[in-house]
Amino acid sequence: MSDATLAVHFAGALVTLQDGGRPGHLRYGVAASGPMDRVAFAAANAALGNIANKTAIEVSLGGLIVECKSASITLAIAGGDFMIEHAGAKTNGWTILTLREGERLSVRVGSAGSWAYIAFAGNVVANEWLGHAATHSTSGFGGGAIQTGQKIVVEHAEIREDREGQIEQPDFIPSGMRMRVVMGPQDRWFRTEAIEAFKNSRYSLTNNYDRMGVRLEGEHLALDAALSIPSEPIVRGSVQVSGEGVPTILLADHHTTGGYPKIATVISADINVLVQKRCGQEVAFDAISSEEAVKIARQFSQDVSDYLDSVSVPRGNLQQRLMQQNLISGVVGSDE
Amino acid sequence: MLMEARYTAVADHALLVTLAEELSDEVHEAIVALDRAITQAMPVGVIEVVPALINLLVSFDPVETDHVQLEKALRRLKIDTQHTSDKAAKRIVQVCYEKPFDFDLDAVANATGLSADAVIKAHLASDYKVLMYGFVPGYAYLGGVDASIQVPRKLAAVRDIPAGCVMIAGTQCLVTTLKMPTGWSIIGRSPTPILLNEPDRPFLFDVGDEVVFERISLDSYNELLEASDNE
Repeated sequence: MSDATLAVHFAGALVTLQDGGRPGHLRYGVAASGPMDRVAFAAANAALGNIANKTAIEVSLGGLIVECKSASITLAIAGGDFMIEHAGAKTNGWTILTLREGERLSVRVGSAGSWAYIAFAGNVVANEWLGHAATHSTSGFGGGAIQTGQKIVVEHAEIREDREGQIEQPDFIPSGMRMRVVMGPQDRWFRTEAIEAFKNSRYSLTNNYDRMGVRLEGEHLALDAALSIPSEPIVRGSVQVSGEGVPTILLADHHTTGGYPKIATVISADINVLVQKRCGQEVAFDAISSEEAVKIARQFSQDVSDYLDSVSVPRGNLQQRLMQQNLISGVVGSDE
Repeated sequence: MLMEARYTAVADHALLVTLAEELSDEVHEAIVALDRAITQAMPVGVIEVVPALINLLVSFDPVETDHVQLEKALRRLKIDTQHTSDKAAKRIVQVCYEKPFDFDLDAVANATGLSADAVIKAHLASDYKVLMYGFVPGYAYLGGVDASIQVPRKLAAVRDIPAGCVMIAGTQCLVTTLKMPTGWSIIGRSPTPILLNEPDRPFLFDVGDEVVFERISLDSYNELLEASDNE
């Protein structure tokens, strides 16, 4: 085992280091940060057999090109549908490959999705803040943004041939444009027409989209009274409406309190779907009860855990895979 | 004025407990008392508590509890509202009101009809309490700015205000921790670290703490800053 060094030939804006996030400091103004798409991030680590929440690179639409300068390392790429080019060959995302000394890897915008994760068979050297490498993009605290020209060092780099190949994608994630929300907590500040417009019309994502949140375009949501309510807590998924009636959905690096009223809150399971949409894509909101939301959260937690268990099983090296096949056909043969 | 607590569900993972429609000292003390009671009891499934001005948010793991169970647990809590002030810690924050840190001191003096020195004295004499954090890491909103120096926000925000700025708007005062835009009036600069980055005490203040500003000269500001840089 040795340390792998990756030279960053190109890093787009908002390419950052992220671990599972730092919950527990909202009361001090600190959002949890961590991956925008938590399922894809967890899948990349699980598929390598890593412990959960290990520091990975979050690649934005800006893309990332690295070259391995020393040692070889197996890495997993998951999230969205990005275009991967490795040592001259093109593949799709959701894959595990080994990057050898002198080889280049590029992860670039593909047919869909906004965020992809590169997890490593090794430990990425990263600054920590409050015990976590998760980058809080507004302050730069934590592991920080990846910059063109920098080096990334991965300690204890390993080659894990038995992990190479495609990563099965989750099939329990709802696709499409419908986001489930629980109305409120400040929906009483809105006119009835605004509530109806929010529930019944479509909104599109604007390019005013970063790790803090995404502004939406669509029907304006008129407030019922003059706007001077005291600042109230915000969560990831809060749909906050500005004085002009424009909704913004707050995401991983959100402000922790704010004086704009929140018409609704996107449930945690659907945020992973929402964040993979791009500017111009449409969303619509389905209001559900809080009881229903909890039921969905519990099912989702079970589905994620089953899925991670399934992708974390090594596929075996080529020899083992052939043996396995022989064994299976052998068993089938004896039954005949 | 306190009202009967209102419990509002926030998505699948939080409960907002609202104690009043408007902020007052009484409301703030009730929020601090409730915050302490929840943090001490930590009912099943609770992840964290976020106190704000008229309400507080309790975030929870939906696998372990739900809005109904949590509301029941919170209603059962015994809340000691009598002694919140006695338990408040007192935090000292040093401020240099001299040039080049006194950006808006003259403007505040003009707006309030006071001399710059009278503005400083009023700022030092106010009784501050940490009402809540918000916006970005370490931004603690301190209530209690003396009525004689209360000024509204500027019409437009000024960009790239550095960390350490001591600024006021309305009844509130704030010491910045990051370079950010702001529409508040900047009257001085503080060398006192707020982002402590210690595992047990990551930030200087907790909600409910009392804050006292202490005037320092430009020379001591520079000395203190140098000392903390060398740590």
